[in-house]
Amino acid sequence: MREPLIRVVELRRSYALGDVTVHALRGVTLEIEAGAMVAIVGASGSGKSTLMNILGLLDRPTGGQYFLDGQDVSGFDRDRRAELRNRKIGFVFQNFSLLPRTTALENVELPLLYAGQGLRPQERHAKALGLLRAVGIGERADHTPNQLSGGQQQRVAIARSLVNDPELILADEPTGNLDSRTSVEIMEILQRLNREQGMTVLLITHEHDIAGYATRVITVRDGRVTNDAPVANRRDAARELVAMPVETEA
Amino acid sequence: MNIRETFRVALRAIRRNKVRSALTMLGVIIGVASVIAMIALGSGARAAIDEQIQSQGTTLIYVSSGSWGGPGRASQGSGTTQTLTVEDADAIAREVPSVARYTPGVRGRAQVIAGNNNWNTQVEGGNEDYLAIRNWVVGDGANFTPRDVQVAEKVCLLGATVARTLFPDGDPVGQIIRVRNMPFRVLGVLAPKGQGQFGQDQDDFVLAPWTTIQKKLLGITYLHQVSITARSSEVVEPTAVAITRLMRARHRIANPEQDDFSVRTIEEMAATRVQMAETMTGLLMSVASVSLLVGGIGIMNIMLVSVTERTREIGVRMAVGAKTKDVMRQFLAEAIALSLVGGLAGILLGVAVSQTITQSLGWPVAITSASILVAFAFSAAVGIFFGWYPARKAANLDPIEALRYE
Repeated sequence: MREPLIRVVELRRSYALGDVTVHALRGVTLEIEAGAMVAIVGASGSGKSTLMNILGLLDRPTGGQYFLDGQDVSGFDRDRRAELRNRKIGFVFQNFSLLPRTTALENVELPLLYAGQGLRPQERHAKALGLLRAVGIGERADHTPNQLSGGQQQRVAIARSLVNDPELILADEPTGNLDSRTSVEIMEILQRLNREQGMTVLLITHEHDIAGYATRVITVRDGRVTNDAPVANRRDAARELVAMPVETEA
Repeated sequence: MNIRETFRVALRAIRRNKVRSALTMLGVIIGVASVIAMIALGSGARAAIDEQIQSQGTTLIYVSSGSWGGPGRASQGSGTTQTLTVEDADAIAREVPSVARYTPGVRGRAQVIAGNNNWNTQVEGGNEDYLAIRNWVVGDGANFTPRDVQVAEKVCLLGATVARTLFPDGDPVGQIIRVRNMPFRVLGVLAPKGQGQFGQDQDDFVLAPWTTIQKKLLGITYLHQVSITARSSEVVEPTAVAITRLMRARHRIANPEQDDFSVRTIEEMAATRVQMAETMTGLLMSVASVSLLVGGIGIMNIMLVSVTERTREIGVRMAVGAKTKDVMRQFLAEAIALSLVGGLAGILLGVAVSQTITQSLGWPVAITSASILVAFAFSAAVGIFFGWYPARKAANLDPIEALRYE
């Protein structure tokens, strides 16, 4: 059987806060197959952010093992994690996290600058522009984030997450700052990526209706996985969009 | 990220905060400009001293009456004793074989008059070898003869400035001038030498036979100085030593501290002046370096502010794959770019200041490519040194906290 893209075993993470030790993760074991679209849900303080940070290689566990693409990455140092983040993981954040006063095109190119592939500037521009077109804002490539709406900024962020052809997209509350129609639009892009390109998407959210776009929902509570089940009636963002009245986007 | 890309990002960050960047650079600009100007002044002074040695001849030795004393000793002051005589001068020429030429020297200031023009100037007395010893050339007319010296003839040569002042539109040769109301016939005019090392006019003097000046003009029996040339520049030092020994024997001086004369070679004098110039330059340089240091601290301060302001940006960069060294490089490049741009502006300002000094004060300056290189390297070093800590701080940020930073 093929090795899952993500496999964590008895993952633990504790923080020392003064004299108190806070256990954010108390032994999480799960597997995520390549090509899945998985939602991790949980209330704030449940440990889902900690789990996301570790799965996204922004943090390292204090115990347990994390295999990414078959490779044990639990002990990787900062720079090796940075390199893996760059190559294998695309991030989409709630607050978009684009560089201010920097054009959409340059924001999308940013991961390429750290990739060390030595792409020429024209090649970088071409690749970034192609992705901006794919998420539907090719004509805004030279706009800076403050000239873009929230939905447009999140599209730029998605384009940026794709630029290094990652194995995995990690979307942390991607619709948290967006209105409902724009949220559906963003979910449509993520679903399309998952369906058409087989991109593995990991969705971290506290909203159960957003989790409904995934194929599987993992519920985290008190640092443990309390429920892990496939979604019975998966929502289809594309179909919902057709049914939705068209509003002019702010 | 490669170096070019890194510096492109750094320059863009600098351009985003134009006023702030300019103010930050100001410290480095002032520092580098002062360093450049100080080096220019220092090497200018040096070059002027060298030039003067060349113009006076490198084999020159002066024997002056009075002693220099030296550090910690009571000096009688040059020219204050009356024990240096023409017999001393003749003895030196007779008994020190490496002496090529010599001239007794006396001097005083006097009012000189020709027609309606008058001028206060230095009157120098020497013999017929004075011109050769001091590297002067007669531009017009002729030098006085040994006989003129012997019989204390009232003849003279005019420095170019004196000639121009007393005879604004006539030929001085053959004319009579009055020095302290005593008539002197002008034999010739000296070719001009121009400004000396400290801007003094070297052509502002009248030369006459020393006998005439000593007896008829000043009414004294001693000499102020004896100027001597050695046969070659290699024997200057031994000649000076031999002269000193001879003079002590003649004046019956056992203890060198009681010398009533001093023997100085032109190179010694030049060395003293070079040392003085270098001390001055060094002092001014250290003041200039302080402002460079302050400029560096300014850069560090603004870089620290920048790191804090851009914590989110750093977090984003880290999330998409920036390694420790990438972030480090980015902020270091920014600090270096700040200090280098400041350094370049400082070099331009320093050159401009040096030119202004030359034009307004007449001090010689020399801007060398070495000083520009040093200033450039120094400002880069300031950037690296003061940018290191902020860059380190940025590179060590925790990506999760940096991403959440508001």
